[in-house]
Amino acid sequence: MATTTSTAKPAISAARRSGPAAWLQAGPLGLVFLLFFILPLVLILAVSFWDASEYELIPAFTPKNYVAIFDGCSNARDLCVTLKTYYSTLKFCFLAWLFTLLIGFTVAYFLAFHVKTAGMQTVLFLLCTIPFWTSNVIRMISWVPLLGRNGLINDMLIGVGLVSQPQEWLLFSSFSVVLAFIHLFTIFMIVPIFNSMMRIDRALLEAALDAGATPWQTLWNVIVPLSRTGIIIGSIFVITIVMGDFVTIGVMGGQQIASVGKIIQVQTSYLQFPLAAANAVILLAVVLMIIWALTRLVDIRKEL
Amino acid sequence: MRENRSFGFYALASFFALFLLFLYGPTITIFVLSFQGPEGGLTFPMRGASLHWFQKLMEGIGVVDIGSAFVRSLKLGLVVTGLTVALSVSAALAFRKALRGGNVLFYVVVASLIMPSIIVSLGVGLSFRLLDTALKTLFAAIGWDSMSESFNTTMGLYTSALGAQLTWTLPFGLLVMFAVFNRFNSAYEEAALDLGATPWQSFRHVVFPLIAPSVVGVGMFGFTLSWDEIARSSQAIGDLNTLPLELQGLTTTVTTPVIYALGTLTTVISFIVVGVTIGVMALSRRRARGKSTT
Repeated sequence: MATTTSTAKPAISAARRSGPAAWLQAGPLGLVFLLFFILPLVLILAVSFWDASEYELIPAFTPKNYVAIFDGCSNARDLCVTLKTYYSTLKFCFLAWLFTLLIGFTVAYFLAFHVKTAGMQTVLFLLCTIPFWTSNVIRMISWVPLLGRNGLINDMLIGVGLVSQPQEWLLFSSFSVVLAFIHLFTIFMIVPIFNSMMRIDRALLEAALDAGATPWQTLWNVIVPLSRTGIIIGSIFVITIVMGDFVTIGVMGGQQIASVGKIIQVQTSYLQFPLAAANAVILLAVVLMIIWALTRLVDIRKEL
Repeated sequence: MRENRSFGFYALASFFALFLLFLYGPTITIFVLSFQGPEGGLTFPMRGASLHWFQKLMEGIGVVDIGSAFVRSLKLGLVVTGLTVALSVSAALAFRKALRGGNVLFYVVVASLIMPSIIVSLGVGLSFRLLDTALKTLFAAIGWDSMSESFNTTMGLYTSALGAQLTWTLPFGLLVMFAVFNRFNSAYEEAALDLGATPWQSFRHVVFPLIAPSVVGVGMFGFTLSWDEIARSSQAIGDLNTLPLELQGLTTTVTTPVIYALGTLTTVISFIVVGVTIGVMALSRRRARGKSTT
């Protein structure tokens, strides 16, 4: 039995013959995810139905945490805190997604199709990725001397005479939050889209050209559909990060702007675990729905 | 054809240049401002140039002991690096064989990568608090009084924070190793085994040297991601903060260029790690090429 499979698939057999049992090799990694990922998620779900006193968690099965979160949300005219927060987080999410996609796609397109030598491609690609390996908080703070009250941008605007007073909306505002999202997370679009684009058979582009397509038509009808996987993966990355974000919104919003992630963080630091857990369950449900919708979007387009 | 795309090329190249400026400009700004004179503030102009703020940094910022946070982050980063490399390489080897439940494990790893970090952090923090409660109850129940009094928490740098960070670094490590083994030519390994090498010998002398440059890359992911990690460790850190967590707290309170000096310092460390990694990878690739041609 073993010999027949090994002659059919020689590549696998080499690996198969070597070393200890597969489960033994994958076990340690699996154990880390079991203990620090699966188990915590199960506990979050359980605790979201628990009760709590000031000092301790009380195992129970009560929907009161969820009821508290949606308290007053049936009033259609005046949005409750939860819905307002989700609305504002989704708005950030949409803006960050739109800009990272447009910029990331353009950069990836330039790298994949307009840089001719592989060496240059590697160098420019590395230049894009290096900041990803440095501290996000530092990269956020680094906007202060540019966007601040006495920052370079304000100095310039006043110098040119466009405005007479320093602009306050540049820093610690929704604007600076979105700017930081773009600054930090465009890389998550560039890498998967670039990867998809590098797999596109160059002959297809020549075929499109020969068939009389304009560059724009080639871009829209050949490159964009074939980069679909990369676009979806990048979108999932950016959307899930922004939906749960509390660090960027905290630092760049001057700790004044609410987000779903921030609510969970604050409740956790006040040890209100059941409430935080219920909020986490809802956030997870919303994120899963967005991912599901994104993947559906692709399938539908493929079927048309 | 060249005529045809030259305008598009220059437009895109300019866009790319602007993007790089956007990417690096702010970091360069705080790099320059960290050498601000003693009288200088958070913004331009520079009032002289000095190492004043680096000196201030060494003395500590307020109650925050930057030195110990630095050492803690460094140690944790090294542990995370070691575990990320060992576990991802070993698991990637397992995925090359018939691994029962491999699909499920793969989806779990991907899910961990895209899971909002605050949820993971809350979950890990919560798990350890429940564990603490359980242990305290246990100690009290078996009458182990000295233990139940001295026991504080199981949360800490090398328990909860380490675990939380691994859920973030391991997916990157495993995916990099997948990409490596997808392009891996197992003919060499096959040859070694046919010549009677033991599985360990073939790994040690054939497979590992071939994948070594990528393993260095996995190590770099492990270290740099841990070195800057905030979101996942934030609720699972215990009593002593890592450097980035201290830094995050300082953003609201510090109003002198000392924070830029700290930024320059941590960025330089990240750059060194990335630079050394890229250097080692380029060098070993060149050496491999040199060997194969001679």
